[in-house]
Amino acid sequence: MAQTRLSLNDPVTRGLFYQALVIGGVVAVGWYLIHNTLTNLESRSIATGYSFLEREASFAIGETLIDYSPADSYGRALLVGLLNTLKVSAIGIALATVLGVVVGIARLSKNFLVARLASAYVEVVRNIPPLLQLFFWYALITEGMPAVRQALEPLPGVFLTQRGLWMPVPLADPAWKAMGVAFIAACFALWGVKRWAAARQARTGQPFPLFAAGAGLLAGVPFVVWLAYGAPTAMSVPELRGFNFVGGVNLSPEFFAILVGLTVYTSAFIAEVVRSGILAVNWGQTEASRALGLNNAQALRLVVLPQALRVIIPPVTSQYLNLTKNTSLALAIGYPDLVSIANTVINQTGQAIEGVAIIMGVYLSISLAISLFMNWYNKKIALVER
Amino acid sequence: MQTAARRLPEGNEIIRCIGVNKWYGEFHVLRNIDLNVARGERIVICGPSGSGKSTLIRCINRLEEHQKGHIVVDGIELTGNLKNIELVRRDVGMVFQHFNLFPHLTVLENCTLAPIWVRRQPKAEAEATAMKFLERVQIANQAKKYPGQLSGGQQQRVAIARSLCMNPKIMLFDEPTSALDPEMVKEVLDVMIGLADSGMTMLVVTHEMGFAKSVADRVIFMDRGEIVEQNTPQEFFTNPQSERTRLFLSQILSH
Repeated sequence: MAQTRLSLNDPVTRGLFYQALVIGGVVAVGWYLIHNTLTNLESRSIATGYSFLEREASFAIGETLIDYSPADSYGRALLVGLLNTLKVSAIGIALATVLGVVVGIARLSKNFLVARLASAYVEVVRNIPPLLQLFFWYALITEGMPAVRQALEPLPGVFLTQRGLWMPVPLADPAWKAMGVAFIAACFALWGVKRWAAARQARTGQPFPLFAAGAGLLAGVPFVVWLAYGAPTAMSVPELRGFNFVGGVNLSPEFFAILVGLTVYTSAFIAEVVRSGILAVNWGQTEASRALGLNNAQALRLVVLPQALRVIIPPVTSQYLNLTKNTSLALAIGYPDLVSIANTVINQTGQAIEGVAIIMGVYLSISLAISLFMNWYNKKIALVER
Repeated sequence: MQTAARRLPEGNEIIRCIGVNKWYGEFHVLRNIDLNVARGERIVICGPSGSGKSTLIRCINRLEEHQKGHIVVDGIELTGNLKNIELVRRDVGMVFQHFNLFPHLTVLENCTLAPIWVRRQPKAEAEATAMKFLERVQIANQAKKYPGQLSGGQQQRVAIARSLCMNPKIMLFDEPTSALDPEMVKEVLDVMIGLADSGMTMLVVTHEMGFAKSVADRVIFMDRGEIVEQNTPQEFFTNPQSERTRLFLSQILSH
């Protein structure tokens, strides 16, 4: 029997009705916003579009990874900001991971002092807002360190001042490039050795000291190349000339504060993730491994860690994304990250909508890239449970 | 299948426990345990919960440490010496109440992990051995599956095969059927009976009195950390000596 009567009691009709209602609402609100914006832009005679990116920026940037001068375009200024953001994110993620893993394992230690210190670290660090921590680290350098002329010299050639840290760097030499190539080659060689070692163990049962061999390969090959290039040792050492240091490499207080602040803040969360991941693996797994005669290191590497990683990876991905997004706090201490530079660009050009759209687009792209990579890795190590 | 009390050659002990004592903090969990186990002997240990029976067999491969007394397994005394502990563990297999299979490895990989990394066997050899034992516990057709895809009884049989792959001299069973659904108890017990027939030295903590009657050379009753009574299954069940044993048996056999 065909029912043709339209009624809100019919689930299909009801669904269509509400969906139409929602779509209508969204379109109405969107139209209102766009119309409003266009009217406002017109009344202030602001042209829309991205042509301003070609114009001269005419402002200086304190720290740049690529060549930049005020004569360059707004587009290049934003690129400088993006690279600064990526620099802090990448180094921060690496350091926060190492620190987080160490603290997380320390919190599980049987040693009372180690465990309590790690707990105190986690509880203090993760319960203070990150912005406050950035101010703390920034003030520690700019207020707590001596003036340039009274610089502390903890190691020969290394200077700590309120304008940051100066360190010696090796002078440019063709050897560095060759050593970089050698290192990459060693990585490939190590991959080959790993496969060979696995095959040999499968065939003969003999395990291979892969860790020692790997360390030797990764350090030894570049070292040999360094020797082959005549072992260059010339360094550019910072020295005081007039009111500031010349030579060497400078770590600015802004960079130091944003890097240390975000690393410390995020490491506390990663520590908790690592701790919970290890605790999530049933103690019975360790007992069964030990009962079979595996030693402690084998039980950890072959049985516990593969299971813990599965629990650890997804929340750690969130922490990586948080760290990346928190780099925008750099604005508050004057580190020239993307947001800080985009802010300047917006102030100078009035292109607020385009500027904000660029910031959103960039953060979305970075975050999605990290997510994609971590999801791929997570899938690779995931368990087939049932 | 009746394989009850046999005479075993004397002076051929594979496990000797002399005056073993253990405390958890203030709680005295093992009191002056003296126990000798002959090669090939099959012992069932029973007793109320908290009596220390699991702790005792866990001391034999030193998953638990004893604080006083001596435990000698196949000529090696268990002390803090890690090398000795690992040597003993290679030759002592253990089956747990909750199976403790490795969920991230297939059934076959569960069985070959220790032979490959501890015995340093070539993979092909380890896999051949593993398939032989999986065949023996009648689960070879599941070798490529993961533990999570198996039933409890199947998992416990895999756990037994995993232990056997290390070619142990002694097998310890810590309540192997207590976490199983009733219809799966028999398949596990059948595997254990088969193992007993092959001459394996076995220490089994269990409440399966039928298994004790048909397989054990000796039944040990523990209560409050002590060995209260030990006897052949025949004597133990028909003629218990102590009041505590009678009480325990009446509770466990009354239904």
